[in-house]
Amino acid sequence: MINFSSIAYVLASVLFILGIKKLSHPKTARDGNFIAAFGMLIAIVATLISYGQIDFKLIIIGMIIGAIIGATFAIKVEMTQMPQMVAIFNGFGGGASALVAAAEFLNSSTITTFTMSTIIISIFIGTLTLTGSFIAFGKLQGFISGQPIVFPGQQVLNAILAIALLVAGFFVVETSGEMNFFFVVLAISAILGVTLTIPIGGADMPVVISLLNSYSGIAAAATGFVLMNNGLIISGALVGASGLILTNIMCKGMNRSLANVIFGAVGLEQESSGSGTEKQISIKSYSTEEAAMIFDAAEKVIVVPGYGLAVAQAQHAVREVAEFLEKKGKTVLYAIHPVAGRMPGHMNVLLAEANIPYDQLKDLEEVNPEFEDCDVALVLGANDVVNPAARHDTSSPIYGMPILDVDKSRTVIINKRTMNTGFAGIQNELFGFDNSIMVFGDAKDMLQQLLKDLKEL
Amino acid sequence: MDINILTVFILAIFVGFEIITKVPPTLHTPLMSGSNAISGIAIVGAIISTKISGEVGSYLGLIAVIFATINVIGGFMVTDRMLKMFKRK
Repeated sequence: MINFSSIAYVLASVLFILGIKKLSHPKTARDGNFIAAFGMLIAIVATLISYGQIDFKLIIIGMIIGAIIGATFAIKVEMTQMPQMVAIFNGFGGGASALVAAAEFLNSSTITTFTMSTIIISIFIGTLTLTGSFIAFGKLQGFISGQPIVFPGQQVLNAILAIALLVAGFFVVETSGEMNFFFVVLAISAILGVTLTIPIGGADMPVVISLLNSYSGIAAAATGFVLMNNGLIISGALVGASGLILTNIMCKGMNRSLANVIFGAVGLEQESSGSGTEKQISIKSYSTEEAAMIFDAAEKVIVVPGYGLAVAQAQHAVREVAEFLEKKGKTVLYAIHPVAGRMPGHMNVLLAEANIPYDQLKDLEEVNPEFEDCDVALVLGANDVVNPAARHDTSSPIYGMPILDVDKSRTVIINKRTMNTGFAGIQNELFGFDNSIMVFGDAKDMLQQLLKDLKEL
Repeated sequence: MDINILTVFILAIFVGFEIITKVPPTLHTPLMSGSNAISGIAIVGAIISTKISGEVGSYLGLIAVIFATINVIGGFMVTDRMLKMFKRK
């Protein structure tokens, strides 16, 4: 069927693809976002024009409310809170898709088996995305403990829920839409969203957010199948693919399988095995004054930011220190581990906010050879991503994870608030290395003090 | 079921994989928020669902319109806010 709206959806899809294509470089990325937004406008206007009997009053009210909420979020959100924001938006996207499918279910008297199946799939993925995203949001915002929440029989419960869901879904289709079964599907999907997300710890959030991002796209595509709408199917497929790619990159960044992230409950405080592997390490703790002298003698400095930097909101302070060092003729680079922070690219956005040029930010493969002739590696609130145990300790939970080779630098200066272990719950042997120096304190305070000391030298 | 629609879906996934692997890690957060906005395409479905008669259905449609609009407006705006910050030396 060729009509005005289907041509508009093709055009919108082309603009989405071109928009994402332009995201391949920071220079063109902003244009890309505009192009995609324009595509969305075309899709919306075409829908409003070409479908008769839609409730304009309801739509306008909804759009105004949504626009106010969305714009407020977009303007107010701190860059450090970007993971929460993306998490909750994923939830709204999934929720919208599930609601559309539910409306279709409630209001159509004759539904084919195929459409009924797609409605069930759309309800399932959409609702799971909604509740899962709200849990992820709660964890990131600190409403819920960032620690994995586990209880005995959790996996069994999930398995039972999954089977019950399949059975209920089958009966909805079999009975051509029996309400009770429909509500069971809805309820189980909502519960699964919660039970699958609560056992996942804070630092595994980049994977969860990427996965939920993918789900929100798949939910939109499933709704596209319900409505037989190419616009939804293509856009949903693009977002689904995007989320999956990011999920895969994040898993590789931790050398873990997706199953291990979802079911592994890594990050839980583990009982010491008592086999004597818990080595006591002796550390050297320096003041910022002493650290300043080391920086003064250095020529090449690599900054390694971690989640601690975001928590301390220290991105501007680090830029000030870096600018001072650069003025003195030193080279400053930033090493960004793929899973640093709480979402893909989190550190890059934070540093960009502090006006740090993106060409100074280097990813793992690019930066690792740079540590060989680096004088000072400054580790700010990162822990597991610089733990050398990942290279050799087969019993370590992070064994095999690609790490930043900071220990190859002449000196490693590590800033942490306390000696607490990182997310993986393990002691970092790096802290005891001969070339390692600890400077304790809040990252922002430490950097500001360091800058003062540097100026006084 | 219409096989064409499945063809479109599968080809779109392949296109997605091709273009998204070219996005550099630096832009992964804007990619996410931007693709989030694109998944707000559910707004099209939300608009259509308000036409279906029946009170419950149109209220579900209203909530769907709200959710999807949050996604679209918030997603594109915050992506633009982030991308504005990326500067070269």
